[in-house]
Amino acid sequence: MKTPRQHTDTTPLIEITSLTKSFGTNAVLRGFSLRLLPGENLVILGRSGSGKSVLIKCLIRLIEPDGGDIRIMGQAVTQLDRASLDRLRTEVGFLFQGSALYDSMTVRENLRFPLRRHPERAQGVAEDSLIQTALESVGLAHAIDLLPAELSGGMKRRVALARTLILKPRIILYDEPTTGLDPITANEIIQLMLKLQQELGTASLIITHDMDCARVIANRVIILHDGINYAEGTYSDLARSRDPHVRAFFKDTNSPYHD
Amino acid sequence: MHAIRSATAGTLEEVGRLSAFTGRFFQSALSRPFEGRELLRQCYAIGYRSLFLVLATGFIMGLVLTLQLRPTMIDFGAVAYMPDMVGIAFVREIGPMVTALICAGKIGSGIGAELGSMRVTEQIDAMEVSGTNPFRFLVVTRVWACILMLPLLVVVADAMGLLGSYFIESTRGQVSLALYFNRAFGAMAIGDLVPATVKTFFFGLVIGVVGCYKGYYSAKGTAGVGRAANSAVVISSLLLFLVDFIAVLAADILFEI
Repeated sequence: MKTPRQHTDTTPLIEITSLTKSFGTNAVLRGFSLRLLPGENLVILGRSGSGKSVLIKCLIRLIEPDGGDIRIMGQAVTQLDRASLDRLRTEVGFLFQGSALYDSMTVRENLRFPLRRHPERAQGVAEDSLIQTALESVGLAHAIDLLPAELSGGMKRRVALARTLILKPRIILYDEPTTGLDPITANEIIQLMLKLQQELGTASLIITHDMDCARVIANRVIILHDGINYAEGTYSDLARSRDPHVRAFFKDTNSPYHD
Repeated sequence: MHAIRSATAGTLEEVGRLSAFTGRFFQSALSRPFEGRELLRQCYAIGYRSLFLVLATGFIMGLVLTLQLRPTMIDFGAVAYMPDMVGIAFVREIGPMVTALICAGKIGSGIGAELGSMRVTEQIDAMEVSGTNPFRFLVVTRVWACILMLPLLVVVADAMGLLGSYFIESTRGQVSLALYFNRAFGAMAIGDLVPATVKTFFFGLVIGVVGCYKGYYSAKGTAGVGRAANSAVVISSLLLFLVDFIAVLAADILFEI
């Protein structure tokens, strides 16, 4: 079983300070802060509806935050114009909870789509070769001409990951990467995420409430509660906490992936 | 009273949002980059795939109109003017309006459901995060395709309507196809052709913009997608009648038709 790789670089790739976001009178984020270091796997744990997905969507401005500061690779995200934001987004991959594959396109076309928009990211390598390599890295080279409707949930997640990787991002944001998958497929996805971190050195921000995923993959864990970073530490640090809100996450963890 | 006020405010809000969406379309439609490949794909999807329906409907409308008109025309001793009458009726009103309503049903609902489904399954967000402007790729191409394809579909419907009318006439008397079409086009003036053609571009704009607007801002869930498709048809049909009225009024002033 793979373990997350440790990194020593302390210049953050993502730095969020006092992020706030409300929907009407419902304050979802109330001053959330984090730092994601190069090559790190940072897991955000939180209950359903706690604002985890809102947080990562604010990061790349799929949702506009109300206040606070977001910096990705030193750039203030909320102050970027459209062209600069699009350029920055190519450095940040995003794996959606439901995979979000373009269902009118084949797997090949799904992977070709971002490449055609940003041919400079191919760095002179042939498009077909990049697509083949990305699919091989997720073990789905044989599915290249299938439509998303012909894929299982786990395969869709892998193709979505390949599509995310094709632009060679430095950061990957995972929104509930194992939700809706059976335990075996979920473990395969987790191992794949670890493999990618080790081989490509990408930093990952992983939103989940899957404790097995958090335990296996995290270098560091933040618990999002009440709109703030309620607790922070390694998985084992938090597992030893006596705080009732933190304990609530760890009390029933009995995983088939334990070392 | 409160319900009326709230419904009026809701309607005005929707009109405002739709107007802003249309403004955003024009702003994006006339600036680079252009999504040429996707535009061609949409022209094929919207134009070619609606062709059979428009062909069949135009032909049947020609048959029905001629059958319905014939007894009255005979009563007035004016059956020889049948090609003139059918030609003008089709070119001015029946062809554009019937084609537009069919396209609102087929194309408008299709766009609403497709974009709505893409919104619900986060495909539009996925496009956004891959550094692509989804508005330009999805909306601008579809609306342009509607604007460009609708006039062509209307021409086809007009031709098929005349053909249907000729078919009935040819079973009741001796008339050649060339003579029938010569009579029909000979009766038309510039004031019949120009306004009727110009308004079809606006019909395309209405169908494209409303379908895209409802789909692009679809509510979450499958019910939201259904509502997007349904309201795309309802709103665009209503707007088509409004645009038609304005077009006829303008033509009346400009061409004294």
